[in-house]
Order: sequence, then C-alpha cells, then structure tokens
Amino acid sequence: MINNKLIISSSPHVHHKDSTSRIMLDVIIALIPAGIWAIYVFGMRSFTVIAVSIIAAVVAEYVMIRVMKKGSIGDFSAILTGLLIGYNMPTDVPLYVAAIASIFAILVVKWAFGGLGTNIMNPALAGRCFVLFSWTGAMTTWRAPVTNPDIGLDALAGASPLGVLQTSLLDAELPVMGPLELLADYPISNMAASMSEWFTSSFGLIIHPHYFDLFFGNVSGSLGEVSALLLIVGGIYLFIRRVITWEIPMAYIVSFGLFVWIFDGLRFGQGFFSGDVAFHILSGGLLLGALFMATDMVTSPLTPKGQIVFGIGCGFLTFLIRAYGSLPEGVSLAIIIMNILVAMIDRFTGPKLFGFVPKEKKK
Amino acid sequence: MKSLKTFSKGGVHPEDSKELTNKESVKNAAIKSSFIVPMSQHIGAPAECVVNPGDEVKEGMLIGKAAGFISANIHSPVPGVVKEIADVYLASGNKSKAVIIEPSGEFDQSGKTADPVDWSGMTPKELQDKILEMGIVGLGGATFPANVKFTPPADAKVEALVINGVECEPYLTADHRLMLEKTEEIFKGLEILSKILNPDKIYIGIEANKPDAIEKMEKLAAQKGTGIEIVPLKLKYPQGDEKQLLKAVLDKEVPSGKLPLAIGAVVSNVGTVFAIYEAVVFNKPLIERVVTVSGRGIKKPANLKVRIGTKVGDLLEDCGGITDDAVSIVMGGPMMGFSMISLDTPVIKGTSGILVLTKKEMGKSVETACLMCGRCVNACPMGLTPTKLYKMAKRAKYEDAMRFNLMDCKECGCCAFVCPANIPLVQGFRLAKKMANKKAVKS
Repeated sequence: MINNKLIISSSPHVHHKDSTSRIMLDVIIALIPAGIWAIYVFGMRSFTVIAVSIIAAVVAEYVMIRVMKKGSIGDFSAILTGLLIGYNMPTDVPLYVAAIASIFAILVVKWAFGGLGTNIMNPALAGRCFVLFSWTGAMTTWRAPVTNPDIGLDALAGASPLGVLQTSLLDAELPVMGPLELLADYPISNMAASMSEWFTSSFGLIIHPHYFDLFFGNVSGSLGEVSALLLIVGGIYLFIRRVITWEIPMAYIVSFGLFVWIFDGLRFGQGFFSGDVAFHILSGGLLLGALFMATDMVTSPLTPKGQIVFGIGCGFLTFLIRAYGSLPEGVSLAIIIMNILVAMIDRFTGPKLFGFVPKEKKK
Repeated sequence: MKSLKTFSKGGVHPEDSKELTNKESVKNAAIKSSFIVPMSQHIGAPAECVVNPGDEVKEGMLIGKAAGFISANIHSPVPGVVKEIADVYLASGNKSKAVIIEPSGEFDQSGKTADPVDWSGMTPKELQDKILEMGIVGLGGATFPANVKFTPPADAKVEALVINGVECEPYLTADHRLMLEKTEEIFKGLEILSKILNPDKIYIGIEANKPDAIEKMEKLAAQKGTGIEIVPLKLKYPQGDEKQLLKAVLDKEVPSGKLPLAIGAVVSNVGTVFAIYEAVVFNKPLIERVVTVSGRGIKKPANLKVRIGTKVGDLLEDCGGITDDAVSIVMGGPMMGFSMISLDTPVIKGTSGILVLTKKEMGKSVETACLMCGRCVNACPMGLTPTKLYKMAKRAKYEDAMRFNLMDCKECGCCAFVCPANIPLVQGFRLAKKMANKKAVKS
C-alpha cells in the first residue's frame, strides 16, 4: 500500500510557486541587460570585474555555510550579492578591491548578523561603501564608454557626470543655469546629438543631448548603473514577476525628484522649484539603487506603509548627500542609513489588527 | 456590472481547481467495509457511547449521547452489529473513542420516502431541541454543535443571518453541488432557521466562481420574495471564514476575540442548513454528508454522499483509486485540511473533502531562512505579522506571541501559502497556541 510513502505535513498543503531561489534568480535575470551593456561599452575588463566579485562572494558564502552549517548556495543570494557588487565597481578597479568588497559583504555584513534574512544592511551596498572609503581613488576613476570615447580625453578623463558637476560647482561663478551648464564641456556622443536633433526637427522638442546619453548609458560610471533604460527594463520585469512592488521605487524616485525640483536650484544660485529633476534621476546610481538595492526584501520594511516611509527617507537622504555632501553620489549611503532604520519603521507601520478594539482607558 | 464585494485585508488566490469536480453531480458512495464512528467529531466534549460490542444497531439509531452543553449526538450510519469499541486516530491527529460497526440487515430509512413533518406548529425551542437530537453540527469544517449556535442569548438580537455558500477552499465543490441540486431544500431550511432566530434579513454569500449556483439561488430568492439576498463575492481565500464573510457581506468587523453575534450576525454553512432541513422535516439524523473526492492524484474525482464513518480508503477505491504520482492524502481543503497517515481514517461530520495531491500541485520547495519580504504580513486577513509571531514561537516566547494577538490567528494558511521561504508558519502557530494554553493552565 502507499501508506509508507505519504507526505505528512501541516496545512496548507498547496503552495504558491514562488521560492527564495526563484526570487533571487529573477533579480539576477533582471540585471543581465545592464551587465551586457556594461561589457559592451566598457570592454571585457567589466566582465572580469563582475566575475571576480561573484566568485569571491560565492566562495565566502560557501565557507560560511560550512562553518555555520546552515544555508545553501542554491538560494542564489550570494551570486546576487556578488553581481551587485560587480555592478557597483568602476571598470579598472583592481580586482582585489572587488574581491575584498564581496568578502566583506558576505562575511561581515551578512554572516556576522546571522546569514540570509538576518542582515541589517544590504550586503552589496555595505561592501561597496567599505571599499569606497578604503580605496577612494580607485573607486572613483572611470573608463570612457566606447559609445562616447571623447570622455576619455583631456581633463575629463575618468569622470562621471556627477563627479564633474561636483568639482566644477566649486569653482563656478554663481548663478549658473543648472547642472547642464556646468557640464558644457562634457562630451556628447554622436548618437545623442543626432537624437536630440531629430526630436527638435520632428516634434519641436528641445531635449539636451546629455539626457539621451544618460538615458542610454553613454557616460562614465560604475558598471551596472550607467544605462537608465536597461535598468528600467529590468525593473519592469521584476514588477511583472511581482518580485518588487511599486512602493519603494516610486516613493524613492518621486520624493527624490521632488526634493531636487524644490531645492536643488539653490546651489546653482537659482530660486526654489528650479532643480533639474531628469538629470538627477538619470545620473549616478539612483535607478540601480531604487529598483534593485532599496527593494532588497531583507533590508526593507514589511508593510507597504513602511516601504513608502522607507522610500521617502532614501529619497531625502540621497538628495542631501548629493547636493550638500562631500561625495558626488549618495545612493549607497542613503540606502544603508535607511536600512538601519527599518526595524524602527516596521515598529510603527505594522498592520492593523482585524476587529481591533482599542483598550478601554482606566476610569 | 457592479463590482463584487469581498473582504479588504489580506487574502490569497490559490489555484481553485474546482473544475475537477464542479460538474460532477452527487452520487451515493458504495458501502464496502466496516464503519468507524468516532465519538468526538465536533468541537466540545466527546459524545458518551451508549452501545456495547455485540449490540445490534439500526440505521440512524443513537449510539453516542451528547455529554455536556457543547457536545453533539452521534447516530449509527448503517444498520449492523457493533464489532468493537476502540480508540482510533482522526485525521486531525487526535485520538477518539469510536464505535466500529459491521453493516448487516436492512436499511429502513435510505431509499424510502418518508412523509414530511409539518413543523409549522413547532416552537423555536422545539426546533432547537430537534437540531440537538439529530446531532447537527456546523458542516463548514469547524463542527460547532448547531443547536448551541442557534440558541443565542435571550437579550441578543439577530439582525443578519448570513449563509455561507462561499466554499473558498480550492478543490471543494460539495457545497456548490448542494446549492445546485438541493436549492429548494436549502430555502426550506432557511425558513426553519428564520423561525428560530427571527433575523431582520438573510444573506447568502457565494463566490463568483459558482455562477450557476448564484443564478439558481437568485431565481428562487426572487420567488420567495424579500428578506433573502444573494451576495455574489469576488474570489479570494479565506472568504469562507465567518469573520471575512461578514466583512465582505455586511462590511462589519467582528471585534477581536468576539463571536459574530457581537455585531448582530449569525453565520451558517449551506450544508448545515440542508442538514437542519432534513433533521426537522424528515427526522433524519446527521449520518451522511456530501464529500468532494478530488485532486490530481485520484483517477475519477467525484462528489459523493458519504455515510459518516466510511473509511477514506473505501472512498478512494470508489473513485478509481489513486495515480502513481500521488504523494499526499488530505482530509478537508488543501489550505486547512489535515494530511492523513492511514487510509483507515474515517470520514466524520466535518469532512468536506478528501484530496489526493501530486507533488507538482502541492508546489512546495525547500525551506530557507526568512527573507523578511513581508508577503505573509500582506496576506494575513487578520492583520497579524506572521513572520514576527513565528520567530517568537520558535524561540518559545509564547507569552510574547500572545501579546501580539496570536489567538486571532485561525490557521487559514495564507501566510504559509505565500511564503517564498516555504516556512511552516501555521505549524509554528499551532504549537505556540498549544504551549501557551498549557502554560496558562499550569500557572
């Protein structure tokens, strides 16, 4: 009889088809287009950096799994962490820096707190920040994309748009129109120039070519962050697969955009409500952060309400660091700081009990 | 088309798999081997056994007497001889004393048309007594003795009687078929309940995946005139839970820890209404019920009228046996049912289905650490935080879990269904509740 091979389990006996490994795999799939773009525009060296990051992360994870006797490589979480670290590296970073970032992420940020699901900060971001402050020079020198090779020339060699903005704002005589005026010397790719012309001639729309370069990824920057388009495509995939919900990315991007619009004009000597929203959203790691890093389940709040609070916090801090910090970019730090606050956000944004009756006050 | 009602908080959408049996009309199950009739088939005290081994029993004869206020009578499902009285395991894993009956002799009720009783002269008290006498319990799954439920305190006013035709558990179609095939009888049952409870209004909630039942019930409700409203509901599990049903139908929340009567409502399953009709009009005790035998691991899924005490193995044989890839046999629905260890487990009053599941349709994968994704929190219809409660349960912090309203958990399984880490949340909560109660008793 079949009696001896029946599965005896607690209810429910049917299960949604999602699993931890499927979620991690979906995020990896969603990140692939941006990675292919990075290899195309920055060369095979990008692939090496990404591969080293992943291998270092997986090896560190494997060691910890053996030591702690729990967890599994099969959940793909270490591969994802390594991948994200690779995406946060410049092309020509020394390979040991990438490896150290991965190992720090897995050993210290993830396993010191108990492994998968119990880490407080996003491992990839914390690993990146660790090496950013340790090897700042190597971490902020970028290669020019093949689609816009002029960036590699003269004084602008190895600078990202946000970096150029940061340094030139120090010497600029205010007021200036905004970020684009300070980036006047920043090269424009042929593709962006012709697209801008086409928009002007066909629709009468004047769109600065820089926006096209930022949107398609013809600028210098960390490997995975340059192409806004491909990141958005990946984000849409995750949304369709229901791996991410709209709350964190929307709250993050919208609040960040609002802060930029309202206040960012001030530092260029302009008034309120004159910030360049599109420039700031498309540049730097904002989209990579908002779509793939802030949405990390482990380090974000549980409820939609909490996630909106979290997203707004990220948006606010990113704006503060970008506009007033000494670093050109603030996405990583903003998300890490909000990660630390998640426990507190969860505490105040928990679900409301069905049939909740407020306790009667003592008479 | 106006948008359908449903409850607001949480809920999940498992694949409903009703197409396996929703066209199968109810057939009588064969009588094969001995019957195992447990004395504990309901919430409350087990019935007191009133027969001895060797006794001859008749169909519908009282063999277990309600012991105490919350208890129910048990009747013999078949004519025959009491072989022995033994302890058996129920599907829930609980042990119960059971009367084992070897069928023999003549069926003096089945297949014969009895004259209907004219109950119009009976008082509510007499009707309640009849329900008690016939051993009627709630057939939705909770098996709460019906006479207790339908005897509200004298000062309570029943504003709404809400009939549960939701059948939100996937696979099950027993109530669906009952509503289609016994529509008239259910409405007559409602008249009886109306007389007992005198509600201002009767609502019948049915999920939209049973359009034929909705249509048929609506037609009849229109003929009967006012006072009965059919409420089609948007598909969402666990809408068949009385608290979610009341939220969907009346848009009122039953306060935490209270009964539906706190908002002036009484809820009853359609199957129970039909059983009450048969009990009052034909003096028929609750000795059989409709059971859906389904799942992709059974060769011929069916809806069967099954006598209480029938062995699950006999039913599976009746349905062509199981397929080679069947891995689990569940009594009840897939979300809240119990997986069984033995095919000799008897069908009891609360058995709405027997499911034979294949590995593929169960869809479970390996358990990993909690990702804090929050899906359980958003799925919980009671507004709990399952991930937090589970961690408390795992660390034996039962009092803490109680403070975070563990007792509001009704083990509907939404959290564990959506959990991508495949954590057995419901199992943890069951344990925590038991342990917390034990501690409370000790101190």
